[in-house]
This record gives sequence, C-alpha cells and structure tokens, in this order.
Amino acid sequence: MSDITRQSLSELVENIKNKKLSSTEVTTAFIARSEKSKVLNAYITEDFTSALDKAKKFDQKPNLDLKLPGIPMAVKDLFCTKGVKTTAGSKILNNFIPTYESTVTENIWKEGAILLGKLNCDEFAMGSSNETSFFGNVQNPIDKDFVPGGSSGGSASALAGQLTPITIGTDTGGSIRQPASFTGTVGLKPTYGSCSRYGIVAFASSLDQAGPMAQNVKDCALLQEVISTYDTKDSTSIDFKRNHYSKELSNNIKGKKIGIPKEYRVDGMPKEIDDLWQKGVQFVKECGAETIDISLPHTSYALPTYYIVAPAEASSNLARYDGVKYGFRAKGDNLIDMYEKTRSEGFGAEVQRRIMIGTYVLSSGYYDAYYLKAQKVRKLIKNDFDEAYKKVDAILTPSTPSSAFKIGEKTNDPVSMYLNDIFTVPVNLAGLPGISIPAGHDSRGYPLGLQIIGKAFDEQNILNIAFAMEEKINFKNKITDWWIK
Amino acid sequence: MSIDLKTIKHISKLSRISVDEQKAEKLAGDLNSIFDFIEKLNELKTDNVKPLTSVAETTLKLRSDKVESENIREQIIKNSPQENEDYFVVPKVIE
Repeated sequence: MSDITRQSLSELVENIKNKKLSSTEVTTAFIARSEKSKVLNAYITEDFTSALDKAKKFDQKPNLDLKLPGIPMAVKDLFCTKGVKTTAGSKILNNFIPTYESTVTENIWKEGAILLGKLNCDEFAMGSSNETSFFGNVQNPIDKDFVPGGSSGGSASALAGQLTPITIGTDTGGSIRQPASFTGTVGLKPTYGSCSRYGIVAFASSLDQAGPMAQNVKDCALLQEVISTYDTKDSTSIDFKRNHYSKELSNNIKGKKIGIPKEYRVDGMPKEIDDLWQKGVQFVKECGAETIDISLPHTSYALPTYYIVAPAEASSNLARYDGVKYGFRAKGDNLIDMYEKTRSEGFGAEVQRRIMIGTYVLSSGYYDAYYLKAQKVRKLIKNDFDEAYKKVDAILTPSTPSSAFKIGEKTNDPVSMYLNDIFTVPVNLAGLPGISIPAGHDSRGYPLGLQIIGKAFDEQNILNIAFAMEEKINFKNKITDWWIK
Repeated sequence: MSIDLKTIKHISKLSRISVDEQKAEKLAGDLNSIFDFIEKLNELKTDNVKPLTSVAETTLKLRSDKVESENIREQIIKNSPQENEDYFVVPKVIE
C-alpha cells in the first residue's frame, strides 16, 4: 500500500486490527517518508532503527486490544523519553539523555504506539514560529518560505506533511492551537490538570498543558483519551471523571448554546479572518446550535498579563540550567563565572529575554507592580469566562489573527510576534480547554483555523462541536508534496 | 517607565546570564518595548481583586512519603558535563 502515510490514525488502527497492514509496514512507510522530508527540519532526533525493531517485535505477538496498536509516532522534543535525547530545542540540553519517561508518553507507549523520533520546537516552547529553536527553522508543508507556527512547529509540520499519523505538543499560550491553525490540522489544549506535566520540560508551570494533534477530530479525541490520566507524580494533576472521548464522540449538538465574544473582533484583523468566523457561526447554526453574543471584557489585557506570568514562572523554572548536573557547560574562571557564561551561551536570545523579564517582575520593588498586578488581572480574565459560561456551553473564536507568516517576518519585533497568541492566551490563563480545527483558506490557499473554547473538564463537549463542524466544513488541505523529489 | 543599562546589568546579575555592552543595549530596547505593552494593565483598578494563584480549584492531595526511585546514580552522573564516577565536578570554590 503506497498510500499508508495518507491514512488517518483511525484508518491505520482499523487496518492493523484487521491484519490488512502490519506495524512493520506502517512504520516503514512513515520512516521512508520522514527520510525524504529532511528539508522540512521537523525532527531533532530520529529513532528509526529502534522504531523498526519495536514494530517487528509488535508484529510477532500483536496485542490488537490496545488503542494505538503498533502505531508509529513522533513527539515534540519537550517530552522526556527515557534513553532518547531530549533537548527542548535548546543548546543547553543538547546532550541530555533522560533517565525517566514523561507520563504522557508512557501512556502512549502502553497503548501500543512506537516512538519514531523527537520533533523540533521553539526553544523551551518560547515562540510562535519555531524560529527560536537551536536546531533551526521548520518549514511549513503548505509553503517552504512560511513558518509552521510554534512552539509545537515540528509537530505541526510533521503531522501536516504526513511524517507521523498523530503527534503531541504542549500549549502554554497557544503552542498547539496556533501551529495546528497554520498547518490545517486539529490541535487540542486540554483543561489545566487533565494531562500530567510529569517529565515535560517546564516553561510556565501554571499554564503548561500537553495535548493531542491529529488530522481530524476523531483521531484527536482518541489520542486525548490515551494521554489524559490522573497522575500522582504531578501535584497539579486533577482527579476527575474522564470520558471515553472517542467512543462518546457525537455530532449531535442540537440546542447547544455557543457564545460569540465581541472583544475578539480586534482592530486590524484581516477581513478573511472575520469572514471565516461568520462562516463558523453559520455552520454551528446549521448543526442546530444556537449562537449568543457575549462579552469577555478583559480580553485585551490577556497578553500583557501573560507576558508577566509566563516569564516569571520561566525565570524560576529555568534556574536549574546551571551547567552542573546535566546539559551544556561553558568554561569559567570560577563557579559564578561558569554559571553566567553557561547560561549566556546555552540559552538563545528569546529565552534570555524572557528570563530577564521574569527576573525583573519578580525582583524586589517590582513584585507588586507587575507580578501581583498580573495575578489580579488573571483573576478578572477567569471571571469573564465564569460569567459567560452561565449563559453558554462553549465559545467560538478564530484561532489566530492571521494565517501563517513568512520565515523571518516577525523575528525582529518581539511584540508583533507575541500578538499571534491573542486569541489563544486567555484560554491558558483561565485553565480552560480549547481546540483549533481547520475551517478554511486565505486568499493564497493557506489554512485558517477556528477555536472552540469549553468549560473546565468539558473536553467532550468541544470535541463534539468540533466533530459536527468538521463534517460541515469538509476542509481539504492543499499540500503538494513540493519537498519530495 | 524606562529600563536603563544599569537595570539590565542588575537583572543579568540576578539571572546569572552574562551580558556585554552590545547585548545589554539590545536587551534594553527589547524590554522597553515589551514593558510599554505590559503597562496597559495599569488602566485597570484592581485594589479589591484577589490574585489568582491557581486555576484549578482543588486542594492538593497528600501522598505517603515513600521512596520510589530506582538506583540510577550512574545514569544520572553520566549526564553531567564533567564526568566523574562519584561526584558532580564544578570549578574550585574554596581557596
């Protein structure tokens, strides 16, 4: 079967269960395509030999009751994988071999999946274009000169380019949903506490969440079902009743109330984004849902709040990279000199910038003016959502204020880069689940996404709405395989 | 508000990141434009707002104080930049 890599996860699982395909055949196909796709720069570390061994082993004694039987997949290089180099896209972790496995990836391997390799990402997940990675830019399969989004840029590129059937990313301010939107794929940021953070390289601990990325909503639901577990190794993991998201997936959303927040119609938003949003409103109405105009009055304060809270947490999380116990070390005249040179040479410019911002807002004399202020505004932002959810079941917005932009276009202006996350950041600040689904194309044929935001722990509801909309939208990604010669 | 070079040097010291003059100037420019953007928060009156410290409104669970780690000292030491069988090695700190 030459078209193996074109199949969705659900099709691959069915074909393996019906013995129409073996894990070895599927794994071989994705490895072959990955080998031909090196120009995308989606991988940081390939683990192909080992993947093939595992596939052969699986085929010798296949356990077909598993949810991901013998399915090969690559994961964002922010998840620690035991014995396989984990870099977080940084020079400072360029030689780090974890001695433990993240809970999320452990859950995936337990269900029969096989690691293909580790995918490129912005350094420590700090970026919206994958351009801050120490390992170079990633190309968007849609167009070589364009970014795949970030920080889960390698994940989005590998998924859209069919180098992996599904993947996982992490989302601190939009790092799953924005790249999903830029590549015409589906990405879910679960409720804070839904997926364990154990073994994920930390960026901003009160915002970080792992989540699934897939070609369609059904695959996304299945992967979420696998990765979302209560975990005692993460003290903020929440013990709530988790649905069988894929089994309970339903396109019946009749009578659901969907909020349309007026503050998301931001100044200077391209008309095509607004048109797409209107189309989305039309689609949910056609599905039998009702739309209600709502207000989230503090929306415009979300990004400034985020750029205090996230760097503050990052500055403290990244204090551990000191060149002593693991990672890169620079030579220094004494211990302090070694620390300072290690961090100056080991971290990239964006990471250093954020550590500096974080250190400043937490420093003596500025804590109240910045950090405490941001925590208070964060409360107001959460209150906005709490109020809205008294009237509606979910909220529909664009995923991003534009489609994919050119590599290099925004690297010199940090604030314009940050504005990419204007629609996704409020969701992280409030700890809510949000999903981005491909919903149309801009005038150049590049994908555009719509975001559905849910109540906390209501992943099933937003997956259902996404599932119903997906049928109506009938999105087709325009990828020409230009990079395969 | 404006962040001057002296402040940049002070933050770099706190962050344990060395900066030379050129880098300090670039950082000052970047940080000033970011803080101009952040100043927007001052439009809001928040005197009576309680800060949000956790989005998850649950109490932390207790666990028993049990050792679960395996004996992996060798693997851990192996990741250190300057290898030694028993210790992490750092530049001399005592004269």
